[in-house]
Amino acid sequence: MISESLRETYGEELAILGEGHKNLVVLDADLSSSTKTSIFGKKFPDRFFNMGISEQSMVTAAAGLALSGKKVFASTFAVFLMRTYEQMRQSVCYNNLDVNFVVTHAGITVGEDGATHQIVEDVGIMSGLPNMKVIVPADSYEARSVIDYLVESGTGPNYVRLSREKFPLLYDDNYSFHPGVSSTLRDGSDITIIGMGVMVSFALKAAEILKQKGIGVRVINMSSIKPIDKKAIIKAANETGRIVTVEEHSIYNGLGSRVAEVISENHPVHLKRLGMMDTFGKSGKSWELFDYFHMGVDDIVKVSEECFRKETYYENIS
Amino acid sequence: MEAYDVVDLKRISNVIRRKVIEMVYSAKSGHPGGSLSAADILTVLYFKEMNIDPLHPDDPDRDRFIMSKGHASPGLYATLSVRGFFPESFLSGFRKLNSKLEGHVHRGVPGVEVSTGSLGQGLGVGVGMALAGKLDQRSYRVFVLVGDGEIEEGNIWESIMAANKYHLNNLIAILDRNRIQLDGFTRDIMPLNNIPDMIASFGWNVIEIDGHDHNQIISAIEEAKESLEKPTFVVANTVKGKGVSYMENNPKYHGSPPASEEEYRLAISELSGGE
Repeated sequence: MISESLRETYGEELAILGEGHKNLVVLDADLSSSTKTSIFGKKFPDRFFNMGISEQSMVTAAAGLALSGKKVFASTFAVFLMRTYEQMRQSVCYNNLDVNFVVTHAGITVGEDGATHQIVEDVGIMSGLPNMKVIVPADSYEARSVIDYLVESGTGPNYVRLSREKFPLLYDDNYSFHPGVSSTLRDGSDITIIGMGVMVSFALKAAEILKQKGIGVRVINMSSIKPIDKKAIIKAANETGRIVTVEEHSIYNGLGSRVAEVISENHPVHLKRLGMMDTFGKSGKSWELFDYFHMGVDDIVKVSEECFRKETYYENIS
Repeated sequence: MEAYDVVDLKRISNVIRRKVIEMVYSAKSGHPGGSLSAADILTVLYFKEMNIDPLHPDDPDRDRFIMSKGHASPGLYATLSVRGFFPESFLSGFRKLNSKLEGHVHRGVPGVEVSTGSLGQGLGVGVGMALAGKLDQRSYRVFVLVGDGEIEEGNIWESIMAANKYHLNNLIAILDRNRIQLDGFTRDIMPLNNIPDMIASFGWNVIEIDGHDHNQIISAIEEAKESLEKPTFVVANTVKGKGVSYMENNPKYHGSPPASEEEYRLAISELSGGE
């Protein structure tokens, strides 16, 4: 599979959209050459503000710019934005402003930099904020479509989670992102794997292996975590009876928790959540870390098989 | 708007102070101390210096005011009401369910630019508004009132750096230097020995005044207009609880209303002196 960088796509797309959207302003906190907002900054220096290593200043200034009619994008690494939770809460979300936080270097695909930089809690933290929408693109095409949507028709506040690593391509130019709408990349009737981010491409590989074992797998890319696509989840619960969630995030308060909420209230079925098991990350090569944390393709296959073979929903209660 | 002289401004400041006392007494909660210390500053801004029109609160060229110390909501709400942004009848609902007036400064209230309450954020919001003013080549100015307990927040110093970097001479921060915060005197909680020098060393134009002298407040704001590159920081020395004898310099009244009908009557009476 060909892989492309989502953050490169983000920076390039912002720079393209900046031409026609004169009210678009971009802020960064000394990481623009990594988040790739530097591409916009070089082209539109007047509308790019490097606030230094001062995330609180960045977020509150973003609010002031949005209150003055600007469409604002603010970027840094996901982990560092989290220190401004309260600025996001009060100055941005409570005031319900058009600020788009597009963060990079989320999750364990930060790799060698290690646990301090590998945030696996952010989706949960952001999902709890009223007015905030949470989007996790699975490939570069989806990232581009998300940015187009946010600039052309969306309104903030939004949280968009991007990675350091390149991700395998899943879509093409025809793909179009819509909030609250998931996409089904493969159909099957025995079990559904709902994925987020890079784990969607892992799920597709796992589905191929499971097919050879006689298990038909539906694979859903749940890029819109909030609002979440309840219909697709309930439909999958109803039609396949078993669901596995896979995410490059803690199993607490992320995709798995959201899916659990939806099926518990609407259509309880077997559910298995795969992700970071309430733990910090670790230094290593990104793709090695998935196996280390039992989140690789083989793990997805194993967990999915177990989930498929479960007899009844209540068997674990003794 | 008619032109007010200093005698008028002093009278209006006390009207605002009386409304502050009425609001917190009716709500049986709220923050009178820092509203009373800021009343003269608010009066000069809203009745003399700021380019604002209650009939056109969204005018893109209006001056902006941010109450960064959002607990001084009674002071701002009373000022906005007296200035004509909304009916006086709103004030009696302060802090009550289904009223227009949230406990801390809320953007849904006519005339309020941004919701505040958690300290340290308003100056950064002001930086954003001032940046937008420069980008759009508008001549409005952005005023931010900060508390002296509030400047213990790191966000304030981050924003002070940013305002210097972007030469935001359209940004004017006013420090309500009343020397008291919730837990006691600022010198005990977190001493900052020479605030004017500290701020000046960050590249700001600093002016120190008596924050209860209307003439000095006017002069400081006029002087800020002359700043060609630097943002201006006005250190306004004030008295917490100004105008109510038992509240003055008493940390208890940072966040407590008059404790009894007697205290309430005394406060109103003291604030009505000479009228």
